[in-house]
Amino acid sequence: MLEMKKISKVVGGETHIYPTDLVLERGSLNVLLGPTLSGKTSLMRLMAGLDKPASGSLIFDGIDVTGQPVQKRSVAMVYQQFINYPAMTVYENIASPMRISGADTATIDREVRKAAELLKLTPYLDRTPLSLSGGQQQRTALARAIVKNADLVLLDEPLANLDYKLREELREELPKIFAASGAIFVYATTEPSEALLLGGNTAALSQGRITQFDRTIDVYRRPVDLITARTFADPPLNCIELVKSGATFTLDGKPVLTVPSHLAGIGDGPCTVAFQPHHISFDRPQGSADALTVKTAISEIAGSESFIHVGFANARWVMLAPGIHDIEPDATLEVFVDTRHLMAFGPDGRAIGGAA
Amino acid sequence: MARINLNHIRHAYGAKPKSENDYALKEVHHEWNDGGAYALLGPSGCGKTTLLNIISGLINPSEGQILFDGKDVTNLSTQERNIAQVFQFPVIYDTMTVYDNLAFPLRNRHVPEAEVDRRVKETIEMIGLGGWAKKTARGLTADQKQKISLGRGLVRNDVSAILFDEPLTVIDPEMKWVLRSQIKRLHKQFGFTMVYVTHDQTEALTFADKVVVMYDGQIVQIGTPAELFERPRHTFVGYFIGSPGMNVLPVKLDGNTATVGGEHVALNFQPTVKPGAKTELGIRPEFVSLGREGMPVAITKVEDIGRHKIVRARFADQPISIIVDEDGEIPAEPRVRFDPKAINIYADSWRVGEEA
Amino acid sequence: MEKTWNNKAWFMVLPVLVLVAFSAVIPLMTVVNYSVQDTFGNNQFFWAGTDWYVEVLSSDRFWDALTRNLIFSAIILAIEIPLGIIIALNMPKKGLGVPVCLVLMALPLLIPWNVVGTIWQVFGRVDIGLLGRTLEAMGINYNYVQNPVAAWVTLIVMDVWHWTSLVVLLCYAGLVSIPDAYYQAAKIDGASRWSVFRYIQLPKMKRVLLIAFLLRFMDSFMIYTEPFVVTGGGPGNSTTFLSIDLVKTAIGQFDLGPAAALSIIYFLIILLLSWIFYTVMTTSDAQG
Repeated sequence: MLEMKKISKVVGGETHIYPTDLVLERGSLNVLLGPTLSGKTSLMRLMAGLDKPASGSLIFDGIDVTGQPVQKRSVAMVYQQFINYPAMTVYENIASPMRISGADTATIDREVRKAAELLKLTPYLDRTPLSLSGGQQQRTALARAIVKNADLVLLDEPLANLDYKLREELREELPKIFAASGAIFVYATTEPSEALLLGGNTAALSQGRITQFDRTIDVYRRPVDLITARTFADPPLNCIELVKSGATFTLDGKPVLTVPSHLAGIGDGPCTVAFQPHHISFDRPQGSADALTVKTAISEIAGSESFIHVGFANARWVMLAPGIHDIEPDATLEVFVDTRHLMAFGPDGRAIGGAA
Repeated sequence: MARINLNHIRHAYGAKPKSENDYALKEVHHEWNDGGAYALLGPSGCGKTTLLNIISGLINPSEGQILFDGKDVTNLSTQERNIAQVFQFPVIYDTMTVYDNLAFPLRNRHVPEAEVDRRVKETIEMIGLGGWAKKTARGLTADQKQKISLGRGLVRNDVSAILFDEPLTVIDPEMKWVLRSQIKRLHKQFGFTMVYVTHDQTEALTFADKVVVMYDGQIVQIGTPAELFERPRHTFVGYFIGSPGMNVLPVKLDGNTATVGGEHVALNFQPTVKPGAKTELGIRPEFVSLGREGMPVAITKVEDIGRHKIVRARFADQPISIIVDEDGEIPAEPRVRFDPKAINIYADSWRVGEEA
Repeated sequence: MEKTWNNKAWFMVLPVLVLVAFSAVIPLMTVVNYSVQDTFGNNQFFWAGTDWYVEVLSSDRFWDALTRNLIFSAIILAIEIPLGIIIALNMPKKGLGVPVCLVLMALPLLIPWNVVGTIWQVFGRVDIGLLGRTLEAMGINYNYVQNPVAAWVTLIVMDVWHWTSLVVLLCYAGLVSIPDAYYQAAKIDGASRWSVFRYIQLPKMKRVLLIAFLLRFMDSFMIYTEPFVVTGGGPGNSTTFLSIDLVKTAIGQFDLGPAAALSIIYFLIILLLSWIFYTVMTTSDAQG
């Protein structure tokens, strides 16, 4: 178990990480999700012991390891760039951490072959990394991290430099690979879809702060504040500033949306109402839905579904509609918002009301 | 803006290509419409960047001709072809202001200063950087820099085509949406001929009118996003487009029945296949419905990715993916049905037409 | 927390500080000590205050030498920096030419100062030197022992030959770090060769140019070995730079006081000028 207690990092008077508390369990997969410069890499470096925190302490299995240098910790790291030893074969690359720790040849061979099998590298064991594709190079780096049998495995956007399809395949395999090991995995990414595909837990980061840490799907479904909700939406979250008055949300005094039962408890007054792009549609969904008249900006067709950018009052929204809809710009349409999935945020950005 | 003709173009990086495999780009022969938005989509090493560089004039093709509006430009330099290009990493002149960056291509062409001023101001508004004119380009964010790269193309009124080489690679997910829809809107408004290279299917499909899918130096299909999704000509297209990709199951054909393992799937047409060909059935996860009726499957894993669930299962001992709605139920004794209209039959990986 | 961190860091650099103290600070303090006292040997010292400084600063000899130094450095920088940039721009960026060019460029840098002096001294001699004979045969009055212009030209050519490579190598390192996309974009924008240089290459070389400029300034301002070997400060005093003058004062005349004062002044001038250059160049960088 890795515990971070009020850990912070300050570089040249600039705070990169505000005091952070985080507990990561053994055998868990933890995603750090946030845009570029939100502090994902800084936080990882603190966990690894590559950087010293400005304050706070790092406790591993009950032992304070704050000052301990990275060499003395049981940490493996995989980076965005494919980092392997270019002169060694894939086999030797994977074996290298075990050679350093002085394992016997039989054990090394067994572990290397096991990891290679898991990462589909068996046919390439005698090749050198540079003769392989990007995906295979990154698999090699991953295999090396796995055989190291470290307590903490840090992956810093490991799939960012790979093709879309390769990413998809590795994303699907990674949770299986992680599950086979008892280590704590920490995985940084900018992409919400990646976090969702990996599952596990997610810590949403914004400007050096963890805004929420919970099971991935719960962070997605029940974000605690607007920043987290925005970080965790791809396509972007649809938002609008409305005023709750009684049973309706109003805009300039006119009713816009009905207040769904799970938000009935919130007090009257201004708030930000948000919903996911797939909760707005052309067809009236079953259950409660409100019709709105919107103006189209542009439609993007993505094979089985379409993204329609629409405007409502001052707000710009994205609609994710199944099927193909090529709608001319500046058309006026009637659409339906599924109010069962509405989220509401107070003027301070905190989520208000019950869960959707 | 121009119509682009690619006449029997082939390219090999080596000096004397002997066999077909020595060509990085195998024969390409196509006409691209004036004002069209084309995406070149494929995994790394498929030849898409080679093709883009041939169009831009950075590479001279080993064989064939390239015509802009019927005029042979094969031996013309990049400048003489009047193309504009946005690169993967933002290229800006960082000692200049935003204004001067945009004025640069015009001043190089000795456009009168009054005209420069008018066009630059217009372009700054177009790319949504109004108010930033006097800022030095150095301190801008990645997406703003990419807008400047694009703006340097838009500012000229003589461009034949605007080329994009994976322009959203370094942009955070939320800004990707904004920038992409902005490019698309500009295309709709001004009708530029655009060619966009990417490995990301969402980018390709949403951006382009026509997507050119490339694989191993060849164009395997050119089609609208809907065509690529519904009628992939090759199993590679089925796999590469869609996430997860199309389910491809080995089948035995008998009249209008396809047999997978012990299961029989009725087809709504009778495919004619050369004897001895490898026959497969393709069905997208979106068109497999999970319920209490149909053919039995064994579920291995359910991935809840927010807006829908991906069910991984085994069907007649073959892996299969099924997409289930956000609120969709997963029955205890699951069975599947294939939408007959969405079934494609492949012989030796190429699609067998219904009409055949 | 912050504090212990800093203390530890200081502790780590302590050995270096001690080393610097022995190698630089202590000799420097000795010089300062000499510069404010008078001595006739026998370890007998008399307080002289600022007398030596006044003497040095009011002597024509000092100002003449300083002027020579400034002119020399200005000429050196005016030739070596642009020449270095031009050569770097024309060096191959890939292929077999790269290592060949780099080795050729690095060669002069590997030759010690006094050897360079000797090579050129012989090379330029009118009686036996290849260069001297050739020039003489062409009817050019070249004799660095008698002609001050010839002496200056010899020193400048020598320094350019010896040190331009350094500028080339630094610039080259800056140039190869520019991604290809920049050149492609410039082509597409219709940029001229000059614009490419002005807006892409020069900004990207700025940092290395600053280093090259400072190194070449400090080095040329402190030039000693070459004039000492080749001209010995002559003909007349035409190549007597501050450094030569300093040695003449200190060793030739054994005027330790004025020599020490001159050293301090010399040191301060270099420090001041380097600081000015650095500040000017880095602030223009921040604004640009």
